[in-house]
Amino acid sequence: MRSAKQWTALKTLRTLLLVPILAVGVVSVQAQSPLYGVGRTPTDNEIRLWDIAIGPKGEELPVGNGSVDMGSELYLSKGCAGCHGTLGNGGIAPRLIKRDAGPNANPWDYGRVLPIRSPYATTVWDFINRAMPLGAEGTLTADEVYSLTAYLFFLNDVVEDGTELNEITLPQIQMPNRTNWEQVPDWLPGQPRLEGYPY
Amino acid sequence: MSQKKTDRREFLKRSAAVAGAVGLGAVKPALGQDHEHTPVAPEPGAFIRGSDEMTAYGSRSRFVDSVRIPHGGRESPDAFGLDFHIATPLQDSVGEITPSSLHYMGTTRGSFVPDIDPDEHRLMIHGMVDNPIVFSMEDLKRMPSVTRKHFIECAGNRSRSSHTTIQETHGMTSNAEWTGVLLSTVLKEAGVHADADWVVAEGVEEVKGASSIPMAKAMDDCLLCYGMNGEPVRPQQGFPLRLLAPGFEGIFNVKWLRRIKVVDEYYMTYNDFGHLTRDPVNAALGYQIGPKSVITYPSGGQQLPGAGFYEIGGLAWSGGGRVSRVEISTDGGRSWKDADIRGTAEPMAHTRFSFEWDWDGAECELQSRCIDEIGQIQPSRQQALDFWSTDGERATFVKGQDNSIQPWRVASDGGVHNAIS
Repeated sequence: MRSAKQWTALKTLRTLLLVPILAVGVVSVQAQSPLYGVGRTPTDNEIRLWDIAIGPKGEELPVGNGSVDMGSELYLSKGCAGCHGTLGNGGIAPRLIKRDAGPNANPWDYGRVLPIRSPYATTVWDFINRAMPLGAEGTLTADEVYSLTAYLFFLNDVVEDGTELNEITLPQIQMPNRTNWEQVPDWLPGQPRLEGYPY
Repeated sequence: MSQKKTDRREFLKRSAAVAGAVGLGAVKPALGQDHEHTPVAPEPGAFIRGSDEMTAYGSRSRFVDSVRIPHGGRESPDAFGLDFHIATPLQDSVGEITPSSLHYMGTTRGSFVPDIDPDEHRLMIHGMVDNPIVFSMEDLKRMPSVTRKHFIECAGNRSRSSHTTIQETHGMTSNAEWTGVLLSTVLKEAGVHADADWVVAEGVEEVKGASSIPMAKAMDDCLLCYGMNGEPVRPQQGFPLRLLAPGFEGIFNVKWLRRIKVVDEYYMTYNDFGHLTRDPVNAALGYQIGPKSVITYPSGGQQLPGAGFYEIGGLAWSGGGRVSRVEISTDGGRSWKDADIRGTAEPMAHTRFSFEWDWDGAECELQSRCIDEIGQIQPSRQQALDFWSTDGERATFVKGQDNSIQPWRVASDGGVHNAIS
């Protein structure tokens, strides 16, 4: 009922908004030299140490490699199984293995499970690296994170047994939801959330 | 005595007479319930003795017991000292500002509140910029500053039929006066590349919570805040530095802010993953908080002493800009009248409204409705559910943020109840 109508409205809105947002980008987001000169310039090394946000292209990934086999051992030795369950379910922490949705299932039918629902492999690597294990965040080596990521992808049939991952191959993984999601429309000041919501 | 007061007194007398005449004599007007008081000085022991603590930071009266509560039945802090969501006591609020001690708190996964020495704290601006910069807190305080009132609301702030008080239904929104540096000021200082469309804002807590924010928002009104209600930001609110993304869902207001990375695409951080949807309508409703309001008095769990005059009071806000109008219904949404806006409505800020009401003592339903400056109208629950319903399937849940109208039922005994079914 709503979808067809709203779809059209949304597409129109996007097209209309694309022109002004590009204009805003050019006018107000121009590069310029410092006006106040307050603060200091970080060193390249400093930036590298701080920069743990891994984008979809994986440019920030550190050199390293890991394997499904190593990941399956680390999953137990690092305590993941204690909260997430031995096979990625049944624990107190969020589920890590897709639900059985039968053959030809849409990836959205597998439940809110990061290593299958995420459109990008980098999101999984990034989150394990920055926020796991609980209480010992930031202690995993890059190789360990590659291994654990590989193992979680293996559990969800994203990669085959025996797969090895590194900074080149990880961003190349085609996640089943790679294009199967909706980005929020371009945001502009003073813009309604959705034209016509809810009536 | 002013003419207005005289008129009110006459009016109340007449109301009482009318109430008696139609058989509601058992419900006395509120004015008649107090007893005669003789002016006396407090007993010597009833003075608050001066103390170093009272001199240094002060405290509220021991007769004031308004407190926050853990939200949603989840213990906070838990056995390990992790904080989860904590709701503010809106039922006791007056004016527009939420005291810092009572400001709601949200966390992404349960969080130990970082204990940060501000002298050691740094903010890095880097990525697609000409001049990456590291700021100390001292550096930031040298930069041109602004002070603005803004609300923050958790996207999960929704009323359920099992809730009895406004603290449960709406307690995850709060409003403070924030002081800091416009993010646009430091982004211009760094020199953002023309093809940069997003920033990733990141905190220092153990999960290092990070969110992607559109460049248009970052350049519009986002704030790097070190001040809150006239003093440093509280630890639970991100001391020594938090991001404010006015009008955006709570999670975008990154606390314990350590880094702004300028990028050319949506980074799909774990926080962003929480917004992942395949429904374009749901996606469009995902960032900006809709127009919303709630009556704080009378509200669920409160007890009116009897028929007579009351000032209905409440709060209205919108992520779309200023509140331009608030309407009140005392008959369950059948008819609406304009409420008075108290003070000045500011963009993306709680705005106090009031409405003079003479209650006849009969059961009724109170509602408020917010209209913002860009014409968005707060929907009734019915309208929101109609929107989310499809052919053959009636929605029972408002997806995403629920900004629908809150009905309070005033029973004939003066008890006030959540009227959401």
